[in-house]
Amino acid sequence: MLTKKRAVLTFTAVAAMTLSMAACGTGGTGGDGGGSNDSASVWYVSGAPKETLWKDQFAAWNQANPDQQIKAEVYANDAYKEKIRTAIGAGNAPTLVFSWGAYGPVAEYVSANQIISLEGKVDEALSRTLDSVDAAGVLDGVQYAVPNGDTQPVMLFYNKDLFDQAGVVAPITTWEDLLASIPKFKAIGVAPFALAGQSKWPDLMWLEYLADRVGGPQTFNDVVAGKEGAWSSPEMIQALTYIQDLVKADGFQESFGSTTADSNADVALVHTGKAAMILQGSWAYGSFKNDAPEFVSAGKLGSFPFPSVPGGKGDQADIAGNPSNYWSISSTASAAAQEIALKWLNEENLDAEYVDGLIAGGAIPPVEGIRDKLAASDDGEFLTAAYDLVLNAPNFQSSWDQVLSSVAAQEMLTNLDKIFNGQITPQEFAANMDKTINQ
Amino acid sequence: MPDKAHAPGAATSRGRSGPSPWLAAPAMAFFGIFAVIPLLGVVYFSFMRWDGMSDMTFAGLDNWKAVFTDSTSLNAMKLSLVVMIISWATQTPVSLLLGVFMAGKQKYRAVLSVLYFLPLLFSSAAIGIGFKAMVDPAFGLASQLRLGFLQRDWLGNPSLAIGTVLFVIGWAFVPFHSLLYQAGVRQIPASMYEAAMIDGAGAWKQFWSITLPQLKYTIATSSTLMVVGALTYFDLFYVMTQGGPGDATRILPLDMYLTGFRSFQMGKASTIAVILVVVGLSLSLGLNRLSGSSRMESQMEGL
Repeated sequence: MLTKKRAVLTFTAVAAMTLSMAACGTGGTGGDGGGSNDSASVWYVSGAPKETLWKDQFAAWNQANPDQQIKAEVYANDAYKEKIRTAIGAGNAPTLVFSWGAYGPVAEYVSANQIISLEGKVDEALSRTLDSVDAAGVLDGVQYAVPNGDTQPVMLFYNKDLFDQAGVVAPITTWEDLLASIPKFKAIGVAPFALAGQSKWPDLMWLEYLADRVGGPQTFNDVVAGKEGAWSSPEMIQALTYIQDLVKADGFQESFGSTTADSNADVALVHTGKAAMILQGSWAYGSFKNDAPEFVSAGKLGSFPFPSVPGGKGDQADIAGNPSNYWSISSTASAAAQEIALKWLNEENLDAEYVDGLIAGGAIPPVEGIRDKLAASDDGEFLTAAYDLVLNAPNFQSSWDQVLSSVAAQEMLTNLDKIFNGQITPQEFAANMDKTINQ
Repeated sequence: MPDKAHAPGAATSRGRSGPSPWLAAPAMAFFGIFAVIPLLGVVYFSFMRWDGMSDMTFAGLDNWKAVFTDSTSLNAMKLSLVVMIISWATQTPVSLLLGVFMAGKQKYRAVLSVLYFLPLLFSSAAIGIGFKAMVDPAFGLASQLRLGFLQRDWLGNPSLAIGTVLFVIGWAFVPFHSLLYQAGVRQIPASMYEAAMIDGAGAWKQFWSITLPQLKYTIATSSTLMVVGALTYFDLFYVMTQGGPGDATRILPLDMYLTGFRSFQMGKASTIAVILVVVGLSLSLGLNRLSGSSRMESQMEGL
C-alpha cells in the first residue's frame, strides 16, 4: 500500500517542493544564479544563431576580463520561461534577465521590484539600436530593457514554384485575393497555408495581423488598457470571423492540429511542396536555410507582408512579431555584478561582430545603418526586405502572449485553439476573454 | 492442518515480535521530509494567492471556489475520470489475457513475452515523441506508407486526441500489468488444474473457475495501480498534446502543471494538487477494502 500512496504523494511533492523552495530561498546559492559578489551571471534561450554568438561573446569577455566574469547558462524556450519566474521569486535571478520586452512578465517583475531601471545607464547600448525597437523596452516612460538580438517581424513566406504552378501572382495584397487563391492551390493538390496548430502560438499570429488590419493597433491596445469588453469589439469579432472563414475554406493543410512548430514540420510543408504559404516570424527563414539549403539557394523561397482586409482601418505597413529579445538587470544582484552587466551592455551588446554574426545567420539585427551590409550578404534579398519592413512600420505589435498577463495569455491561446478547431464561435471567444480583462 | 492455522503464533507475545521499529526511522524520515512536509505545504498554498514572485496573500477559500466553478478545471476532472475508467476497462482484460498466455512454459511464448516486455524499457518521453512523430498526418508513418485510412488527425482532432493518447498509454503500461498477471498465474498450484481435469473441466472452464478466482488479489493490485496511476498520468499527455487541442486532453495533473507553471497561479495549482492527493488516497484505500485484500484471507485452504 505504502508504495501506491507514495507514488501519488511523491508526484504532488515535486510540485510542492518547487513551491516551498521558491518561497523560502532568499540568498543566492552561488552557481545557480545571483552570482558571487564579484561576478555576474546571465541566462539566455537556446536557438541558432544567437546561442553560439553569445557563447563566443561571453567566453571572449571572460578571457579579457578575468576579474569581471560573467557566467552564462542556456535554457530551452519553455524551460526558461518557467525557471526564470521561480528564480526571480526566490531571489536567485541571474544578473542579466532575458525577456521579450517590457510587457507581461517584465511588467510583473517591475511591480515586484525585481529589476532595476536602466534609465540613463545604457545610453551607449541604446545608441546602436533602432528607436522603434528600443521602445518595446520602455514601461511607463522608463527604460527597463535593452534589445539584445535580432528583430523578428512576422510575414508570409511562400514557395515560388507552387505559385507558378497554381498561376497565383505574388505578392498577395488583399484578403479577397488571398481567398481567391485557395481553390487554385487546391486544384494542384497543395494546401494554401501551412499552420503548426498543435503549438498553439502560431495561431496567434493570424489574429494579431487580422485584428490590426481590421481595426488598426487600437483593437488590441484597448485590451492592454483594460477597457471593459475590449475583446468583444466588432473589430475583434470580425478578425476572429475571418480566421474561421479561412479554416472553413480549407485554407490550412489537412490535420493542421497535429502539426508542431518545434519540429519545424510547418516550415517543412512549404519546402517539401505540400503547402504554398506560411505565416511565420522572420526566424523561419533560418529554419528554411537550415532544413532545405538548396530550396533557399535556388531562390524558391519568397516573402511578402500580410495583406489588407476589405474596409479595414489598419495600415498595411503595420507589422506584428517580436521587436527583439531584451536584457534587463536584476535588482537582487550585487552592486558589483550590476556594474559588470552595465559595462557589458554598453560595450558589447549588439556590437559589430555580433551584428555580423546575426546577418550571417540570416537574422535581422535591430541596429541603424546596416542596409548596405545586409544587401551584400548571401541572404540580401530577404534581409533588406525584412529590414525595410521594420524600418517603415508605423506600428510594430509585440506578440500578444508576451504583452498580456500569464493568466490571460494562456486563456487566449487555449480559446484561440478552439476557434481554429471550430469548437467555439467568435462571440464565445470574446466572452471568455473579456473575463480576463483586469484580472 | 486446521489447528495450525488457528494456533496463535508464539511470536505475538508483547514487544519482541520483530526487528526494532527504529529500523524504519530512515525511511520514515525520508518520507516525512520529501512527502509529508511538502504535502502540508501544498495544503497551505491552496489557501494563498501567489504568482510565484510577488508577496503571497491570504485567499481564503477563493482557490477552492475557483477550481470548482472554473470550466477548465471541471473539464479536467471529468477527463481524468474518463481516462481512469477507459484505461482500466481496456488495459485489464488485455493484460490479463496476455499474462495468462505468457505464463505457459512453451518456448515460443517465452520469446513473445520478451517482445511484449520491450515497451517497459523505454522512457515515457521517448514513447511520446516516437508516437507523435509516427501519427503526424503530413510526415508520419501513414503518409509514408500510403495507408490512407490511417492518415487521420490523430492528435489534432479534439475527439480523436484523447483516444490516441489512451492507446499509447495502454501500449506502454500493458506489459507491466501482464507481468503481474503472469506471476499470479504461475503461483496457482498445478494440482488444482489436475483435479479439475480429472473432474472433466475443459480449458475454458478451468480459466473461469480456477485461474480467474485465484487471480483475485492480482486483479486488485493491478487495478489499484491502474486507477491511481491514471490520476497521475502526465508525461505522455504533456509530450504528445500539452493538453490540446483546446483543452481536449487537459487532464487534472496537466491542468495543475499548466495552472502553476504557465499561468503562475500557484494557489489554484496547489488546490488541484490537494484534490489529486485526496482522491488518490481514498481510491487506493477504497479499492483495498473492496477487494478484501486487507483482510488477507487465504486462497489456499484445503491444499
